[in-house]
Amino acid sequence: MRSAVVEWARELYEDLDFSAVHRWLNDNPGSKAAGYLPVYVPREILHACGFLPVGIHGGGDRLEIIRGDAFYQSYICHLPRSIIELAQSGRLDMLSAVLFPSTCDVIRNLSGIWKLLYPDVYVRYIDVPQVSDPETATTFYEAELRHVMRDLGEVSGHVPDDAELFQSIAVYNEMRTVVRELYATRRERPWDLPTEELYLLLRACEVVPVDEFIVQARRYLAAVDSDRRRPRDNSRVVVAGAFCEQPPLGLIKSIERAGCYVVDDDFVLGTRFLTADVSLAGDPVHALADAFVQTELRTSVLYEGDSLRKRRVMKERAEAAGAEGVIFAAPSFCDPALLDQPMLRKGAEAAGLPCIAFKYSENTGQFQQFREQAGTFADSLKLWNAGAE
Amino acid sequence: MSCVVGIDLGSTTTKAVVLEETGAILGRGITNSRSNYDLAAAVARTEAFINARFGLIQQRAASAIAATAVQKLRRAFVLEQFLHQLRRLEQLMQEEVQRSIPAALRPAYERALEKVCSLILDEEEDRFTQPPAARSDFFRDSAGSAFMRLAEEVAGSHGVTFDRLVGLYDKCIIRVENEPLELDFRDHIGEALHRIGDPIELAGAVDAAVATDLTPAFTVGTGYGRARLPFPKEQIRSEILCHGLGAHALFPLTRTVLDIGGQDTKAIQVDPDGIVTGFQMNDRCAAGCGRYLGYIADEMNLGLHELGPLAEKSTRTVKINSTCTVFAGAELRELLSLGQKREDILAGLHRAIVLRAMSLLARSGGVSDEFTFTGGVAKNPAAVRAIRELVEENYGARQINISADSIYTGALGAALFAKRMVS
Amino acid sequence: MAQKEILKDRSMILQKEMIARHFERLEQAPANHEPVVYTFVPGNLTELIRSFGALPVLPEINALQSGMRKLSGDYIAEAERAGHSEDVCAYVKCDIGMVKSGNIGPSGTKLPKPDLLLLSYTGCYTFMKWFELLREEYDCPAVFFHVPYQGDGKLEPEHREYMIRQLREQVIPALEKATGRAYDEEKLRENLRLSALAEDDLVAVLQSGKLKPSPIDGYFGTVYYVGPIFSAFRGTEEGVEYYRALREEVYARAAAGLGPIVPDGSLDDQRYRLVVEGPPSWTHFRDFWKMFTDEKAVVVASTYTKVGGTYDFGFRHNPDDPLGTLADYCSGCYTNLNLPSRIEMISRYIREYEADGFVINSIKSCNSFSAGQLMILREVEKRTGVPGAFIESDLVDPRYFSQANIKNRLESYFQMIESRRQGSGTGATVASDPLTSAAVA
Repeated sequence: MRSAVVEWARELYEDLDFSAVHRWLNDNPGSKAAGYLPVYVPREILHACGFLPVGIHGGGDRLEIIRGDAFYQSYICHLPRSIIELAQSGRLDMLSAVLFPSTCDVIRNLSGIWKLLYPDVYVRYIDVPQVSDPETATTFYEAELRHVMRDLGEVSGHVPDDAELFQSIAVYNEMRTVVRELYATRRERPWDLPTEELYLLLRACEVVPVDEFIVQARRYLAAVDSDRRRPRDNSRVVVAGAFCEQPPLGLIKSIERAGCYVVDDDFVLGTRFLTADVSLAGDPVHALADAFVQTELRTSVLYEGDSLRKRRVMKERAEAAGAEGVIFAAPSFCDPALLDQPMLRKGAEAAGLPCIAFKYSENTGQFQQFREQAGTFADSLKLWNAGAE
Repeated sequence: MSCVVGIDLGSTTTKAVVLEETGAILGRGITNSRSNYDLAAAVARTEAFINARFGLIQQRAASAIAATAVQKLRRAFVLEQFLHQLRRLEQLMQEEVQRSIPAALRPAYERALEKVCSLILDEEEDRFTQPPAARSDFFRDSAGSAFMRLAEEVAGSHGVTFDRLVGLYDKCIIRVENEPLELDFRDHIGEALHRIGDPIELAGAVDAAVATDLTPAFTVGTGYGRARLPFPKEQIRSEILCHGLGAHALFPLTRTVLDIGGQDTKAIQVDPDGIVTGFQMNDRCAAGCGRYLGYIADEMNLGLHELGPLAEKSTRTVKINSTCTVFAGAELRELLSLGQKREDILAGLHRAIVLRAMSLLARSGGVSDEFTFTGGVAKNPAAVRAIRELVEENYGARQINISADSIYTGALGAALFAKRMVS
Repeated sequence: MAQKEILKDRSMILQKEMIARHFERLEQAPANHEPVVYTFVPGNLTELIRSFGALPVLPEINALQSGMRKLSGDYIAEAERAGHSEDVCAYVKCDIGMVKSGNIGPSGTKLPKPDLLLLSYTGCYTFMKWFELLREEYDCPAVFFHVPYQGDGKLEPEHREYMIRQLREQVIPALEKATGRAYDEEKLRENLRLSALAEDDLVAVLQSGKLKPSPIDGYFGTVYYVGPIFSAFRGTEEGVEYYRALREEVYARAAAGLGPIVPDGSLDDQRYRLVVEGPPSWTHFRDFWKMFTDEKAVVVASTYTKVGGTYDFGFRHNPDDPLGTLADYCSGCYTNLNLPSRIEMISRYIREYEADGFVINSIKSCNSFSAGQLMILREVEKRTGVPGAFIESDLVDPRYFSQANIKNRLESYFQMIESRRQGSGTGATVASDPLTSAAVA
């Protein structure tokens, strides 16, 4: 059972042709698909407008870059060239709309490239409120979301009413609940729920209808419960920084195989951006905006107005996850992750959390150095703990 | 006879082309680039003129017998040049022995060097009597490999160390390369003729070739090191323009040129007259250039020219994600340690380099018909194959031109600019 | 002729004096109890800051000055030792390194600590993190002013409202608190009126690049010209005076048919007219400039000189709508414009300034500028038929300036333009009567 779900997810992950999306479009004549880039967009709006929301990541280490490098200099991260490669090879032709959230300047500018390359596709850069005053922030984001919803409704031919949007919110609340359960189970029993599998499920969630994901994730959780494994003497770590360009699966496996249990991470962070359920009362767009503004999540793509909180954030995450150390794994040339790292690391080390850091890109092919580093780190955490006892 | 010269001072080789007024190529010359840029240019140019004079002899040598004799004369000439340099090398090494070897050890080193050099000389004399076989055109390469091999044999029996002999060689070969030597046609043609028995059927042709006045009316320099040529500004053209025009001269229907050289890669678009309309060069790192293949060859302990043919034997290309020269060694060792075959890794490396070139082509405006591929890497069959595949996949069917003389494209372009200056 | 030289000197002397006075005043600020506000060039709210009697400090200007004074390499190394990645913006690292090394400013005087960090988040993601980092260093109050990006190529009314609301509810109260003074809208209006006066003169100077020969260099020379208005002097009498003098001086050069003063003298014989996109390399500013002037290339317009405001398309600060005009100003700064708008702007410059080519200096540090520049290259070439050159370097990281490489590329580029001219039978740039152009009318 477990392996059936994992294989389902792996197949989706490995499929650079988005066959699942094409199947859905065939099965739902007249419907459209809409893409979105990392880190977070409210998929409820896409869903309510009748789109299949499709998370766009790069082609990872499976995609050879032929056209993408013509658009990007060597000192820009790998993700956008990989996404361009997917698009220029026709693999994203089925998207009628693409949303570019405010993640960094590279993704922001990619929205402009998209407008130029694909004038028939609806393209919108979605700014997010960065101000500390919740009311100002909510008003802004709410207006932003209304604007997007109006436009998207025109593209899909269906502007949802409040009831429909609430229905979508309810489904995504359920998705968030399941994802929280997955993370909680891994936190409690990381030996039963390997991060590799969790990661594949999250990636599946980016390309299939949300209800299909919920069914599969529940099946997986049930299978995990009935398939108990033996704990190993591994070290528990938080892996921070991989919220946008995703690491190759081999990197995640390398960290685990080197003797680390990943008990908290930033992978496919959009699925966990909202830390609480979105309210099902009042106005649904307002509820979505409010949930964003009220999120407890602290991430590099948002301004942190509270310097104490910035210093505490890694400590809080490690404590909540019961982690003994932090691995900062950031994509090369990733501004948000790399500019944040010295501050986060300082906070972690001040709290007595050992840290290591390395950079990757989504097509990194060799993992020897990561295995060695993570292995040494896991061993040193054990020694550290033995010494502390 | 009025002529013009183009010189392309590249990062690894320096090339020269001599053109007749009509635009016809009279001669080509090549040498390895070295710290003395002027000298590299002078050597390449001398070689081009020697080549031109042999061309003149060839023209006059109508009969088949004479044609064969010219071939033989050419080889004899090359041998004389070699021996001349070998004598100079030995002289310098002997001087160096006096300077840097303790007196007690000197006699042994003197004898050892004498032995090694006389063995090289014997080998060369012997080689001349054998059918021609391919090897590097450069004294540094051919003398170097013979010296290493023979020094190892001689060292033990002469009571000297191999390392010291190599040290002497290394020190002196640089000096031989960086001092002007008399390697010109007139200096050696007499000895060469004598060596092949002064055949009567060549006498007139050689005399005429010697007597022909080949004074260049204008010279234009180009290439990576062009700024260091002792030329005024109007005699310097960018390698982009020269490659564009040179490719146009070789293949008049050329519209897109790709040049992968040692230090950089260039994608050039030209109009029907060979005038450059757009170009892109690789970004600031040398990743994906010929030099990268050089690193790989060193890492694998292979000759540069062996890489392509070995990659051609691959049955399963390994995917290489990084063409970073800095990481090339480590990446290679990891792949080898994972049990990947050398030929499969090499096939992947060639593809990776060509992918970088493809993105430059895309940046410069794509690949139009006809497409001409030049530079040192155009001699590499694995790179050529990867180019063919990727061009076809991405741009459809294109006429792809590769000239056997593609290494001279830049120098040819420079010579054509020189010709324009005259006319 | 002598008079012109005096005029030239006058604007330079004026600028030097203004800046020296400003930094002296900054050094004395703690003693004189003058409040200090740190902010960034794009979207700077100088009129508002000054209306509270506060003095602005601009970290990017300090970083670029460190680059010009060859100090940035050490500062960057200092920041990298403290854990900053080699991959990220060198301005940030240079600034952090300077703070860690004693915070001595460009004129050799010590910079005061900020009483307020006013983060106007305009057109550059890095600013956000930069201020978080500075807040760590100074442990002082900070206020955030979010300027939404013009993703769809225009300022949307909701975005304007959002900015005005932030100014009213966040920024002004924070300034009141930091300075201990009440908001004085009349003072702000007066400053805005002065800004508009200086802006008129600046635009006249910028547009003189349309003349042949151009009396200005629209990039290398103009980064000096925009210095006062991009930093501490917008909305001040000193600023107005400077731009009036500059305009007179440039017009005098134009009337005499002279080109701009460049490192080797006056560039009167101009063989190539260029538009430049992207910031310059401050560590090798003169070397870089010389690569243009050696080939007799003059820059007639550039985008970098619009990062602190795009005045040449009509915007002026409007004293009748004080907060609204600040919102309009911030939103219109160059790096806050989307890629299609930037392409349109460059294409317009090429057409209106009759440029022979355009050069993109792609900066490793700056993704806001650089991500998408290859698309810009392709589109602008397509729209204008004018060929572009693409070079790579960095703002203040000396490790990323490869002299030979860049020179090689530029030389090739200029020769290409020349050979295309000859090939197509069109002659070189024709000099024309400087005052017949509408630009200076």
